[in-house]
Amino acid sequence: MIRSLPRSKKYNFAFLLYITLFYVFLFAPLVITCILAFNNSDFPTLPWKGFSLDWFLSDTRERLGLFHDENSLQSIFISIQTAFFVSIFSLIMGTMGAFLFEREKFKFKQAFYFLALLPLVIPGVILGISLLLATNSAGTYIEDTFGLDISILRPSFWLVIVGQFSFISTFVLLVVSARLKKFDDSLSDAALNLGATKLETIRYIILPFLKPALIGAGAVAFLMSFENFNTTLFLVGSDTTLPINLYLQVRDGSTPIINAISFLLIVTTSILAVLNLVLTKKEVK
Amino acid sequence: MSLKVENDVGDMVWSFSNYNAFFKESIYWYTFVRTATYSILVTFLTFVVTFPIAFYITKVVSPKYKGFLTILLLMPFWVSELVRVYGWMILLRESGVINYYLMQFGIIDKPIEMLYNDVSMIMGLVYTSMLFMIVPLISALEGMDDSYIEAALDLGASKFVIFFKIIIPYAAPGIVSGSIVVFMLTLGNYLTPNLMGGKNSLWFTEQIYNQFIASFNWNQGAAFGFLLLILSSLIIWIALKISKQNLSKALS
Repeated sequence: MIRSLPRSKKYNFAFLLYITLFYVFLFAPLVITCILAFNNSDFPTLPWKGFSLDWFLSDTRERLGLFHDENSLQSIFISIQTAFFVSIFSLIMGTMGAFLFEREKFKFKQAFYFLALLPLVIPGVILGISLLLATNSAGTYIEDTFGLDISILRPSFWLVIVGQFSFISTFVLLVVSARLKKFDDSLSDAALNLGATKLETIRYIILPFLKPALIGAGAVAFLMSFENFNTTLFLVGSDTTLPINLYLQVRDGSTPIINAISFLLIVTTSILAVLNLVLTKKEVK
Repeated sequence: MSLKVENDVGDMVWSFSNYNAFFKESIYWYTFVRTATYSILVTFLTFVVTFPIAFYITKVVSPKYKGFLTILLLMPFWVSELVRVYGWMILLRESGVINYYLMQFGIIDKPIEMLYNDVSMIMGLVYTSMLFMIVPLISALEGMDDSYIEAALDLGASKFVIFFKIIIPYAAPGIVSGSIVVFMLTLGNYLTPNLMGGKNSLWFTEQIYNQFIASFNWNQGAAFGFLLLILSSLIIWIALKISKQNLSKALS
């Protein structure tokens, strides 16, 4: 049954088989995507026609490699930009929120905390459409009343950032809060006693303590923003992010260039994920 | 949470006509109910599939491999959902990898269309949401003292009894929080049903999207969105009442 108890051979075998199957199930789609990125064929399917880097490097009309496909490169760039801004804003907002909910007392704290957590249980599609409706109504109202056209209120790069920010900051809030809970107050008390100002205490004592949580939360925020689809879909303007661009390509039939992009994504995110895990592991020990 | 639902017919008139359309048109109803039942089914299946894994990692495997298995488990989920769904499409579709090998080995002589049906869609949904079930399960099971199981076994309890009387109640908070997240994600999922479900697999988020982007009927779409939100809150509320858990505990 468990580690400390004797187990029958059959039980062990069945369990092992199940685990193996599960991991195959888990990795099959990713592995096959990666492999087919190097297939020397015009379609992302078998048979295997030999190894080729065409889908990365080639620059002919029939085979436009990833590094020459401006459309894809552009969307990758936009995604990186979006994720960068979203993670910076979410980190600032989420950390401030964590301080607020962990260290301050104020009226209706529970209710506000509940409100802050709410984005976690709202489907991304609904978040997207409500933001679209809200900004659009506001935009129309301002245009009708004041004759001003405010571009940020229409689907655009910045609106995507606002939309992703609205729920990613909640994740940051949770991660940082968890870390802040473990903070020993006597440290900051000591610092205050020794004549540090409140800001100095935060700068030199609390922030270094929070650093691993901040790095972890930042990495998660970046990835979440980078791959967000549901909310972005409704807010995106003319600059499409990578997930949207990929979606359009997948839906409208595809060339192995998607495999090439996927391969790059899988490799970079895996590296990031492992780095993140290693960093947080060290902290636990 | 401000979900504005403006019901304007032609010139800004407040009315419930958008909601009426929902109740009159049977296709909307059908999709709505279908989405809800499938989401519950997916949540349940996800639990069934991932529970043995969580149990294995926390209780069975030797601690040496535990960290490795966990990292391996988490890695695919850092990759965008779209890429994972795309991987499944390559595997399953008519000209896909699985069909290719089945033909090579002479098991079938004509490719089978495995994509674009409810089974593949549900499998895809389970696949994309497994992580959100397995992480809370692992953390719940990790806190459990093995001696409970040992004691029960010494006292002559069967495996069945141990499972339902000890393990499940102990893991209940993990199960509930995992289920809530999986349920919400599935209900609000757009990509997987859209890409793997094909034309005859309707999902309510697709209806919302269609109202917004295709028909440009924003008010109708907003009404649908609001209904989806009500539905999800209602089901979660009922589930919490049945399992006697509470939301703030499940979320933290």
